[in-house]
Amino acid sequence: MSSERYLVRGAQLSDGTTTDLLLADGVITATGTQLSDAGATVIDADGLLALPGLVDLHTHLREPGYEQSETVLTGSQAAAIGGFTTVFAMANTSPVQDTAGVVEQVLALGESAGYVTVQPIGAVTVGLAGERLAEFGAMAASRANVRVFSDDGFCVSDPLLMRRALEYVKAFDGVVAQHSQEPRLTVGAQMNEGALSSELGLTGWPAVAEESIIARDVLLAEHVGSRLHVCHLSTAGAVDVVRWAKARGINVTAEVTPHHLLLTEELVAGYDARYKVNPPLRRREDVEALRQGLADGTIDIIATDHAPHPVESKDCEWDAAANGMVGLESALSVAHAAVVETGFLGWSDLVRVMSTTPARIGRIHGQGQQLTVGAPAELTLYDPSARRVFGRENLIGKGVNSPYLQMTLPGQVLATFHRGYATVLDGVLQSTAQIEAARGPLVRGAHE
Amino acid sequence: MRHLLSTKALSRDEAISLLDIAEDMADVANREVKKLPTLRGKTVVNLFFEDSTRTRISFEAAAKRLSADVINFSAKGSSVSKGESLKDTAQTLAAMGADGVVIRHPASGAPQVLAGSGWIDAGIINAGDGTHEHPTQALLDAFTIRRRLHDGASRGRGLDGVTVTIVGDILHSRVARSNLWLLNTLGAHVTFIAPPTLVPADTSAWPAGIGYDLDAAIDAGPDVVMMLRIQAERMNAAFFPNSREYSRRWGLDDERFARLSSHSIVMHPGPMNRGLEISSAAADSDRSTVREQVANGVSVRMAALYLLLSGDREDH
Repeated sequence: MSSERYLVRGAQLSDGTTTDLLLADGVITATGTQLSDAGATVIDADGLLALPGLVDLHTHLREPGYEQSETVLTGSQAAAIGGFTTVFAMANTSPVQDTAGVVEQVLALGESAGYVTVQPIGAVTVGLAGERLAEFGAMAASRANVRVFSDDGFCVSDPLLMRRALEYVKAFDGVVAQHSQEPRLTVGAQMNEGALSSELGLTGWPAVAEESIIARDVLLAEHVGSRLHVCHLSTAGAVDVVRWAKARGINVTAEVTPHHLLLTEELVAGYDARYKVNPPLRRREDVEALRQGLADGTIDIIATDHAPHPVESKDCEWDAAANGMVGLESALSVAHAAVVETGFLGWSDLVRVMSTTPARIGRIHGQGQQLTVGAPAELTLYDPSARRVFGRENLIGKGVNSPYLQMTLPGQVLATFHRGYATVLDGVLQSTAQIEAARGPLVRGAHE
Repeated sequence: MRHLLSTKALSRDEAISLLDIAEDMADVANREVKKLPTLRGKTVVNLFFEDSTRTRISFEAAAKRLSADVINFSAKGSSVSKGESLKDTAQTLAAMGADGVVIRHPASGAPQVLAGSGWIDAGIINAGDGTHEHPTQALLDAFTIRRRLHDGASRGRGLDGVTVTIVGDILHSRVARSNLWLLNTLGAHVTFIAPPTLVPADTSAWPAGIGYDLDAAIDAGPDVVMMLRIQAERMNAAFFPNSREYSRRWGLDDERFARLSSHSIVMHPGPMNRGLEISSAAADSDRSTVREQVANGVSVRMAALYLLLSGDREDH
């Protein structure tokens, strides 16, 4: 734990109250007003929101295997500048995170980086091949303590395999996070199927390919009495299916990405591959339904699906381009624009969908807690009145495949604290040397 | 005109002007010396990422009749097949001083990406991109229809009130899309006839009628019936049961051809599957424009190259 002391002076909490926060020994040791600043670095938080550190249930960190796109270190840095204190690292690395050894390696890389808690996700099937179950038990029992399992990027389309996965995770209170995409209905799919795909001559990715898998999966989850998490909902129909499942009492949670809450398929018309993502950008009606679903609790969380790619994977013709957008650095501002400024969520709702609930779904401890005495010092300070033209200089990770470049976005993260030490201060990412000094020696040196 | 990427972006005036220039170019073909000095010293690259001998040689003939130097760059056997990107290929061509690039690419939008990329400054002509557009094919089709209807009095005219029925694989056809926009811009009425599986997912925004019944469409007496080529691979992907059933329901066979009204013309962009989407009697009749379309293709492409490459290029 950090030995640093910070006094955050006059911050506004998500419930609207104003307080000082004293951070010491990695926890919040005092709240209230007129706290003593003895021995503490004082941070004037007048006009700033203090939010529990954000938790991203859906991040691609690319390491091991795709270090030209991102590393655990650079992805952790992108997370910190975005106000995150925890990211769940998706399993589609190379080698795949399908054994205890690989998930422990990713965990150790995260500890070594020290910017956020990196919680590995385990693959559902060996090599993401969709054929046989990965060693869930070994990953769950490993030091990485895996509870979320996902073949994200691929759908577990075999219904029997999905049933078995849902059943098996019950042994350790795990959850299967499904990438809902019927593969036969999306062969060669390039964008949302509809009027625009018909005009542009791009192979369609129909909404029914997402909705039919979600419908099947919620019924399977009901049948076997297990817990299902649906990744990146993107269609109005998907919201309806999840709403129906929840009304029926099925144990399902759902996420939506910032980009599906803000952007629509019209952006594809110029064939600029920065807008190529899976699931694809949809219609305005879908965006509205997703916002509504988030507001009424049908959708539980916002998760970034941060997907960095090297420049050459986007600087090409549409068909050849990779799917995905970076999102960690911009997530809070985009959520602010899409659902707070539009009146769908208040700040306490935003805390729920970007911190509390993702931590609960992922069964991670010491994250997503309200900023009260005794809580871990995991928080971010956000200036909601700022407006900025989002640019390349705001992208801290390796990927520059952001759809928000040159867009004006509200808000800015000015500080992030993880385990009591600052990872971002005055809007600036702290250096690796500063992190190392603040953090002290690693408790467990699993990394070399 | 800086690039020719789609017909959707063409105004009526631009389209008619291009067709009128094509009339002038067609006159050249009737002269003893079929060559103009207009593009002397200019370099045109035919950049073909898909096989298409017909379209490539049509562009090659057009460029040569305008005295341009022509380089044919085929993806087969080139660095492209070894994994070189569109960007690197474009920059290579730019470094060689290409003034115009005629691009055929399997990815929809590739010509637009090339034109907007900054990788190359040349004028770009879309010679067919994926299932998106094939603007010079639509222009030559419109040119052919206009000549059949108005002959020597074609100049300055659109296709107002002309009814055009396009039959076949609309879903995968860039010819259908380019014709849709261009013919509509010129005042014609377009109807698509296809198996429901080969109609795009949502055509509600298209200025076209959609139907499944070829017999009803023929009985309506259209001025033009355009048959599209049906690709063999569509049968394997379960778009329709087999070629015989397709031919029975959506082929222009002898019986349907006989029922066509006497003024109707029959078009096909080629290459034809005789006996599948079109019978030999229909293809070889004097109402068929198949060979005229090929000849007119050269004139239209001369006009496009002329508009893009002659004189000072616009700055954007």
